This record gives sequence, C-alpha cells and structure tokens, in this order.
Amino acid sequence: MAGVDELIAKEGVEEETVEAVKSLAGAYKYGWETEIEMEYAPKGVNPDIVRLISEKNDEPEWMTEWRLEAFARWEKLEEPSWALLNYPEIDFQDQYYYARPKSMEEKPKSLDEVDPKLLATYEKLGIPLKEQMILAGVEGAEDMPAEGRKVAVDAVFDSVSVGTTFQAELKKAGVIFCSISEAIKEHPELVKKYLGSVVPVSDNYYATLNSAVFSDGSFVYIPPNTRCPMELSTYFRINAENTGQFERTLIIADKGSYVSYLEGCTAPQRDTAQLHAAVVEIIIEEDAEVKYSTVQNWFPGDEEGKGGIYNFVTKRADCRGDRSKVMWTQVETGSAVTWKYPSCILRGAESQGEFYSIAITNNYQQADTGTKMVHLGRDTKSRIVSKGISAGKAQNTYRGLVSMHPKAKNSRNYTQCDSLLIGDKCGAHTVPYIEVKNNSSRVEHEATTSKVDEEQMFYCRQRGMDEEEAVALIVNGFAKEVLQALPMEFAMEAQQLVAISLEGSVG
Amino acid sequence: MLKINNLHVKLEEEDKRILKGVDLEVPAGKVHAIMGPNGSGKSTLSYVLSGRDGYEVTEGDATLDGEELLDMEPEERAAAGLFLAFQYPVEIPGVGNMTFLRTAVNAQRKARGEEEMSAADFLKFVRAKAKDLKIDADMLKRPVNVGFSGGEKKRNEILQMAMLEPKMCILDETDSGLDVDAMKLVSEGVNALRDEGRSFLVITHYQRLLDHIKPDVVHIMAAGRIVKSGGPELALEVENNGYADILAEIDA
Repeated sequence: MAGVDELIAKEGVEEETVEAVKSLAGAYKYGWETEIEMEYAPKGVNPDIVRLISEKNDEPEWMTEWRLEAFARWEKLEEPSWALLNYPEIDFQDQYYYARPKSMEEKPKSLDEVDPKLLATYEKLGIPLKEQMILAGVEGAEDMPAEGRKVAVDAVFDSVSVGTTFQAELKKAGVIFCSISEAIKEHPELVKKYLGSVVPVSDNYYATLNSAVFSDGSFVYIPPNTRCPMELSTYFRINAENTGQFERTLIIADKGSYVSYLEGCTAPQRDTAQLHAAVVEIIIEEDAEVKYSTVQNWFPGDEEGKGGIYNFVTKRADCRGDRSKVMWTQVETGSAVTWKYPSCILRGAESQGEFYSIAITNNYQQADTGTKMVHLGRDTKSRIVSKGISAGKAQNTYRGLVSMHPKAKNSRNYTQCDSLLIGDKCGAHTVPYIEVKNNSSRVEHEATTSKVDEEQMFYCRQRGMDEEEAVALIVNGFAKEVLQALPMEFAMEAQQLVAISLEGSVG
Repeated sequence: MLKINNLHVKLEEEDKRILKGVDLEVPAGKVHAIMGPNGSGKSTLSYVLSGRDGYEVTEGDATLDGEELLDMEPEERAAAGLFLAFQYPVEIPGVGNMTFLRTAVNAQRKARGEEEMSAADFLKFVRAKAKDLKIDADMLKRPVNVGFSGGEKKRNEILQMAMLEPKMCILDETDSGLDVDAMKLVSEGVNALRDEGRSFLVITHYQRLLDHIKPDVVHIMAAGRIVKSGGPELALEVENNGYADILAEIDA
C-alpha cells in the first residue's frame, strides 16, 4: 500500500489541494490573531532599545557590544532601492522592535508553563499533534510513537521562542537545536565563532538592522559524522500589530554531517503593513550536507493591496569544506513585498549549491527574489531552478547572480528560470547577472515565459474540474520540479498553498 | 438523451454565423455519426455542446436528459455526463496523467455528491481500464499528453472516457492522425463502452472509422445544418461518391 500512496503523491496535485481551495475560498487561512497580553518595548530603534533587547534576553556583554556596533553601522546605511519593488517608505522609527507574550516574561522552565493560548495558536497553524503535545508538556508525549516521520519544532512567536520539541532525543545524537537566545547563553563559543561569519554585520541594510535588534530565532549544531535523526523545523509567527520580526537563524553542519531543516511562516491579517527582516546563516564543513526548505506564507495583503508583510530576508550558506553541499528550496506565496536571495558561497573544492524556488504573486503582491551562486573553489557545481507565477496585478522578478571566480576552475552552473502568467495585468521579469573570471567553467541559463493556456483550462474543465481546480493543477504541474525537491510533508502543504494563493486569479 | 433544437451559433468576436439551425436527437444507447466537408460546423457543434468560450448561441437550445446544457459551466456539463474526446488533446506539462485522471474523476464525483475514490480503488480501476486500451504504466505516469504520439493521445482520450463513465460521448475526429492499427485499438475501446445507457456522437470526415464503430444513424452536415440523415449506408455513399452528390441533391 505504501507503494500506491507514494506513486500518487508524487504525481503532483492531490485532492487535498482541491479541498483546500473549496474549504478556504477567499480567505487567508492564518489571518486570525491570538489575544495574548503582550509586553512591548517603546516604538522605534536606538541604542537604548538595542540594549533593552539584549538585556531582556539576558545576554552577555559581548553580545550587547556586537549589537551596538551593528546599530552604529546601520545608522550610516541607506535602504537599497535597486530591487523592482514599489512600496511606501518604511518609517523604521514607527515600529515595535520587541514584543513578547507577557507569560514569557520568565522563560518557562518546562513546557507546562507555556501559555495555553500560545499552544492553541500553534494548533491552528497545523503543527503535528505529537509536537503540540510536547509543546504543551503532556507527560510521556516524547515516548509515544510518532505518526509518520519525526519533526522537531522550534516555535517563535513575535520576538521570542516559546518552546522546542524533541530536545532529549536530539541531545542523545549530540545535536543542539534550541532558540538562539538560549544558544548565546549555553553555547557562547559556537555562537561567537560563527555568528556573522557568513552574513557579516555590514552585509546589507536589513541584515545590519537585524544584527542590532534580532530578538530570537533558532540555533542548530550537528556534530561531526552525525546524521540528524529527524527533520528540524521552525515555525515563525508574527502576532502583535506594528511589530517587526527580526529573527536570526544559525545552522552549523560539522564535518560529514547531514540535516534537513524546515521553516514555516504565518502572520495575522491586518490593514497595516508589517516588517520582517530575518537573517539565516548556514555553515557547512567538509562532506556535510544541509537542506533548507521554506514555505513562506506571511499575510500577502488584501485584494486591494492593503496590509501584508514586507519581507526582507538575507539567507546565505557557506560551503566551507570540500565536497560540502547545500540545497535551498523555497515556496514563497505570502508577503506583500518579498526581497530575498538565498545564496551559496561555494568555497570548498567540489562543493555544490542548489536553489529551487517557487514564487507566487497574486493581487498586488510584489516579489524580487532569486539566488546568488558564488563559485570560489575548484570543481564546484550549482543548479538553479526558479518558477515564478504571477496573477492579478502582481509583479514577480527573478534576480540571480552566478559568479565564477578565477580559482573556481572547472566549475559549472545550470540555471532554469520559468515564468507563468495568469491574466494580462501581471508582470514577470528575469534579471540574471553572470560573471565568469576563468576559462574552464561553464554557465548555462535558460528562461521561458508562458501564460496559462485557455485550451488547457477548457480541457481540464471539460473533464469536470472547476476553474480554480484547473489552475491549481496546471500551476502545480508547472512548479513540479521544485515541489519534488521539498520534503514530503512540506510538499503537500506547498501544493495546497499554491491552490489557495491563486484563488480569485481566474474568472 | 441528447436533444438539439434549432441551434444557431455565431463566433463571439466576429459576425460569422457557423451553425444555422441544427436539429438532432440522439436517443439513449445509440451511436450517431456526423459527417460533412471541412468548415461545415461539425467541430463547432462539439465545442458549443461542451461549453468552450468564443461562441454565442443566438437561437435554439440543447438538452441532456431534459437538462438545459447551454446554461451550464463546462464542468457542470461534464458532471452531468457529457464527454468530449478532443480532436487535438492538450498537453499539460508537469501534471502526471494519473493525477489528472484522479482529479477529474473525483471532481465529477464530488459535483454529483458521491464519495471520492480512494487512492487504492482508483489505482485498481485505472490499471484495469488502461490494460484494455493497451496503455502501459509508463504512459500513466508521464505528463498529460506531453510527448505522446498521435495514437497515444487518442487512446488516452478513450481512457479518460472509460474512467469518467459519461452518458453522452462526443468523439471529435478521433480518427484523425491515426494509422490503421491505432484506429482499431481506439474503436475497440469505444465499442467496449457501448451500453444501453450511453450514447455516442461520432464526428468524422471519413467512413473508415465507421467500419469499426458501427453507427445506428448517419447525419450529413453542411453549411451549419444537418442536411441529410440515414442508416450506415449513407456513410458508404459518401465514401464512394464524395459529398458533392449529396450537396447537389439538397440544393436542387
């Protein structure tokens, strides 16, 4: 029977996609907010706020200094404007930089102390039952047989991490998976060594701001020659109004290790835009491999383009060791504005970087996203598969850099960049940058743009599918290569998201 | 089963009349063929009945078991039991044939208020039907019609028909692009589906398909109307003498 299910599941769209469209017609599924008493720092950002955030997290002096230095740099920087994005100027002083549920004032010693409302929030987000029980601190939950594959979850609510599951089991394997605030206190040597080593404090406007004010995030360390026994996952949720979420993720895969990491994001539906500026750093040593998958479903704004998340994210993986490997997979369906280029520094000889992306924009959404493949070492390989889907009045830009440095002899890149348009008021743009500074490397770039075809639509409808089912099916087919790169659990969710995010794009 | 009454149709975008008063009745369990020269309106009739965009009905109506077809969305017509085997089946890249079939089967079941078919039942069902049409497992996994040969595409249409179990099947020039062997295979597939409760409207240029799928009634269509109806012998007459004689006879 497993064979049967597998066969069908791999084919593309499942009936769940179709059900999701039906049951959620017209609504952003995660648009509710949780009424929890919050504690805020005053609006705006200045050295005092930076100090306050550091103090609230009970950080050592070196961390506070690090943040203050970042803040000093940020003050001198200007917001970049090169992306193909149009949004009203952001008043960075009109945001809350720190918000946390009051019940978290004292970090819970055990998960029993976590506010039940928080846990209810995660339940609504569809975090698997077993993890919910663990998050809720149900006794013996850890020892219960897991349904299907195990996924350890770290949940970040507004500014703080509220709990991480499967700690004990991970510890047995020597894996460290905790919130970054905990890591700063418990594993300062690792944090000091690696934080800012991939995305330097001075990297870019948003990353520098993040370095100053990040409040929490996840930390992962996989020891040498260890295969992480389960998928690791972080759920980010912005709940409070006018709050920026600045999370920081640091993943270290030591020699010969392997980890698959999943990241999911949601936010409530609001009229006002909200800011999200995250930094993810991944360090991959010799022969190690990291898979990083994201399903980003922040609130995209309403049909008139009101509200939504402004998503400015810096994600970078540094393949330091020889034969190290990283694979970024992203499904970007949410956010009003997306500015995001998960990148690979291919430093080690024979290291490999892969980037698989689906970016869907509907209504007034705008996405400027892509990747950077920086080939530094010899015999390095990279592969980029980008699928952009635009509907409504949305604009979707692929921006990618492939750079072959002089020492990156015999390196290869293959880029495939496909855009699909639904309707005649949206746009798709492809902006590839290619630099080759040696004569033994090869770079290939293929790009296509197509429209959802009337004939395909009629064919599907003649067979009994309604318009939204038909579009979901066709788009899932278009994006299949990327969906297949996702872990199975995420692939299902992603297929549903594809269907949901394109609602109202036809007819 | 299918009743078409004085159907007049023009192109939506331009002032071009294509159907000029089609009257046709296909009773349950019967196979009717429509033959006619190019541009007589045969394919348009199939598109209008199945609800494709681009046509405007200016007069007349069409019913399926008493239900007014022309008011329905294409998917509602499908759920009501109308199936069109396309002359040029469309390619859908990335969508597995099996996924497509399953989505279609379950969409129709849902529309009719029936329970969806489980993965296991579906797989058994599709494999059995595919075997009859000599469609191998590989073809079920490949993306819908992508890279299919002409014969494979048409067999795939008949497979869909077999899976969806419609009441009224319209075959739009299913024989075009088929060699003799493929035509035989497709015809066998169609014949296996002949049933008291199922009717067929077979649109074709040539008599040869009707050697394999024996019609009860043959209609000749010309200039947007059905100009002559008769038994299977009418097809032979066309085959031997062409359309000219019949058309001349009508003009006279």
